[in-house]
Amino acid sequence: MQLVRGEKIDVAADTAKVDPMHQFAIEPLFGSDWTIAGYNIAFTNSALWMLIAGIALWIFMIGGMKREVVPGRWQMAVETMTGFIDDLLEANMGKEGRKYVPYVFTLFMFILFANLLGLIPLPLAMAGVHAFTFTSHFTVTGVLAIMTFAIVLVVGFWKHGLHFFSLFVPHGTPTLMIPLIFVIELISFLFRPFSLGLRLFVAMMSGHVLLEVLSSFVIDAANAGPGYGVLIGGPSFILMIAICALELLVAGIQAYVFALLTSLYINDAEHLH
Amino acid sequence: MDAEAAKLLGAGLAAVGAGLASLGVGNVFASFLESALRNPGAADGQQGRLFIGFAAAELLGLLSFVVAMILIFVA
Repeated sequence: MQLVRGEKIDVAADTAKVDPMHQFAIEPLFGSDWTIAGYNIAFTNSALWMLIAGIALWIFMIGGMKREVVPGRWQMAVETMTGFIDDLLEANMGKEGRKYVPYVFTLFMFILFANLLGLIPLPLAMAGVHAFTFTSHFTVTGVLAIMTFAIVLVVGFWKHGLHFFSLFVPHGTPTLMIPLIFVIELISFLFRPFSLGLRLFVAMMSGHVLLEVLSSFVIDAANAGPGYGVLIGGPSFILMIAICALELLVAGIQAYVFALLTSLYINDAEHLH
Repeated sequence: MDAEAAKLLGAGLAAVGAGLASLGVGNVFASFLESALRNPGAADGQQGRLFIGFAAAELLGLLSFVVAMILIFVA
């Protein structure tokens, strides 16, 4: 459902309406003619915000990795985050979880920074500059989910060999039921990368669409006259602020859920059932 | 019926799924809170399971949103 420039939605192409999907359009910033083997590799707004998220994450980490004996505020913040992921993996995987801390921590922090950076109301400070939430695209979250799925497959087959397939037959399954259970478990296993990527992308996208629709209520009501502005625009604006707070919560929860499910799936590969 | 109208009606009907998923998500947190207040000592240990339940219930609502989006913009 990626919206490339040029194929914007024509269904709701009524000029008076606000197009809530326009904010997800990917546009090349420069190098729109750069190609490798026929594929366009233009530097897009999505790539720019990935870079910004990466740099922000790098600054956050570098400020807290001074290893002071008495940690300052910044180091405490970083150590809280690493400790959080460490506890998550410890609780879900036990001792073997320690070696996945770097991967899950990177995943969690990258998604968290991406979600939060995408919520910054930049036009208030710089007119015409908009934050872009790249986690609202299935191409991005899908690749993150495939990375997790690849780790699950590699760890599972590396550690257990073909015995990994016993993951699809839980202990104590009656012999008669084995073919049926195997198929069901296999389908549920193969659906994991889709559900993992889909959850993050849809949660981010629906939140941003909701905010855009509510803001169009406020703007249209204010344009329609002072009466409408107070009666409809006012409550919509208050609701918008509340939804913004909810979106901050969702940004954190979705990053946490992604990290949690990643650790659960890797735990399956590590320990089978 | 006009095909375009049918598509938009279908997208609207998919919103019913999102509403029902909200019941599910509410049920997950309500049950957690109910039992957490009975036994606060055990509550913190179950937070992982709480969010697994939340994620599973939420996914179905998000899927209905995807169905609506596909009906409007893709189909």
